Amino acid sequence: MSDSQIDKNSTLSFHSPSEVDLEKRQFLITVTACTGAVGAAAVAVPFVGSMLPSERAKAAGAPVEVDISKVEPGSMITAEWRGQPVWIINRTDAMTADLAKLNDQLSDPNSEVVSQQPGYCKNPHRSIKENISVVVGICTHLGCSPSEKLKAGGDMGDNWTGGFFCPCHGSKFDLAGRVFKGSPAPTNLVVPPHQYLSDTTLLIGVDGKAEA
Amino acid sequence: MADKQAQTKGYMSCAMEWIDARFPLTSNIKNHLTEYYAPKNFNFWYFFGSLAMLVLVLQILTGIFLTMHYKPDAELAFASVEYIMRDVFGGNIIRYMHSTGASMFFVVVYLHMFRGIIYGSYRNPRELIWLFGVAIFLCLMGEAFFGYLLPWGQMSYWGAQVIVNLFSAVPFIGPDLSEWLRGDYLVSDATLNRFFAFHVIALPLVLLGLVVVHLIALHEVGSNNPDGVEIKAKKDKKTGIPLDGIPFHPYYTVKDLVGVAVFLIVFAAIIFFAPEMGGYFLEANNFVPADPLKTPAHIAPVWYFTPYYSILRAVPPVLNSQFPGVAAMGLSVVAFAFLPWLDKSPVKSIRYRGSLYKRWLAAFVVSFLVLGYLGTVPSNVWGQFGSWLGGADRATVVARIFTTIYFLFFILMPWYTAKDKTKPVPERVTY
Repeated sequence: MSDSQIDKNSTLSFHSPSEVDLEKRQFLITVTACTGAVGAAAVAVPFVGSMLPSERAKAAGAPVEVDISKVEPGSMITAEWRGQPVWIINRTDAMTADLAKLNDQLSDPNSEVVSQQPGYCKNPHRSIKENISVVVGICTHLGCSPSEKLKAGGDMGDNWTGGFFCPCHGSKFDLAGRVFKGSPAPTNLVVPPHQYLSDTTLLIGVDGKAEA
Repeated sequence: MADKQAQTKGYMSCAMEWIDARFPLTSNIKNHLTEYYAPKNFNFWYFFGSLAMLVLVLQILTGIFLTMHYKPDAELAFASVEYIMRDVFGGNIIRYMHSTGASMFFVVVYLHMFRGIIYGSYRNPRELIWLFGVAIFLCLMGEAFFGYLLPWGQMSYWGAQVIVNLFSAVPFIGPDLSEWLRGDYLVSDATLNRFFAFHVIALPLVLLGLVVVHLIALHEVGSNNPDGVEIKAKKDKKTGIPLDGIPFHPYYTVKDLVGVAVFLIVFAAIIFFAPEMGGYFLEANNFVPADPLKTPAHIAPVWYFTPYYSILRAVPPVLNSQFPGVAAMGLSVVAFAFLPWLDKSPVKSIRYRGSLYKRWLAAFVVSFLVLGYLGTVPSNVWGQFGSWLGGADRATVVARIFTTIYFLFFILMPWYTAKDKTKPVPERVTY
């Protein structure tokens, strides 16, 4: 409605159009809108923030201790850390020897993507101890948990030397959690921060020093 | 005095007068029902709009009663659904109505959208109706996704895990974004609780609002029809009523009742005889409680999401990022919103279009169905090609071809609709 319309239709008009300071009116509108927007943004903070992981959820991410003395060579166990499966695979010497042969079939054989493992696991076997591999069992594609296919051959084909197969979208990983070329998963499986408290006790969730 | 008036005019009309002086009841009934003129040549394709409304009401009603027994808690959710199924009187029927209703909602909405596409109902002046409709469709997808987590079965859990992780692929803010959506480092109790809030209150409110504006916009410009002829162009000179228009009530309310009856027969048959629909409406793995440490051997979304899921799987990662696949999936849904501006044809309805358009539309429908099928099966279902194609999965290659056709239907639309040889459109509707 224009000012003149207000004037014509309303008996409550106190000013004639010439008396209205349009510049002042625009200024007041802008200031009111901006103040309101700042207030709305401030109120949004607790609402948006309330959806972040709570203090309890953060506390549940504490490190876990795992006894690995009973993991036979050629087998694996699954531990739980931050609600995620962590695989501890005791690779036989034959298995570790096979790792290097796969290099040209892998997307990132030398673990160049730094986010996927701590520095002390950036080595050909992606582990602290050569035989013991510790990886988060969550596919780097969309978060499914791959199935273990530790044995060579079988339903994975004759060239398979053991590893993991993600049932969701068919990503394949070797026994060091390295992803095969042509998989939908973009990167190798994550090696979580971990350290050995003793020869057979593993602490998952905290960085330690690499063992010689 | 008042008594005498009631005797001559009847209590009913007195009551109406009283209301009309305070609320525009009579004029609303006239504007939207008894004097809302719809084209007289509607065919069966026009059942699905009113059926979508019926399913919406069913979902809200059954949802309210499920909420009376369901517990949105990771420890209790799965058992509370089993409790509804086994111990609550009528609980199994109500739950199956709700789960079947979800699938039937998509059946009628897909048919409703297809009607809009073949008769050009998205064209000027109905672009906004169409955009509100696309928003309803998106909202419905969100509603279905959030609802699917609630039974807390294996498919619920891993489906949510996969979809929330899609947001991790967004450049820069991705990982933080998906953590914020979950409220935890993985799908957990916090996630279940908020999905419950979205499913039972946030999205239904938005959905209802969108349905209202969808209908307001429709009643402003009037319905399209199978001929794509504007009935408002030819009005009776005396009354101003479109010559090809008939009042929505009683003509179309009665017609829609027939549609409702047929729909309810099908609906009841599914609820009583095939509520799981062989794993398509309720997946077998969802009868196993959620286990964050073990992914089911084969994971697939419910059928109504599978075409987009196939597109997601078909697009290979680029530069170690899966974002292109996620973006393609998002675009495959949002693409519908651009139809009003992509279609350059001088005619609206498929009845007057040429063969070029019809072939493209057929290719699109086939792509949609094939992608939909492929999304329900593992990507190695048809085995692998030989080494000449790098041993690629046959199904993945097929999905890539049909994904390309799916997008070409939209991308090339300005070209083939303009080039298409159309037939002359009649002045009045035919039937």
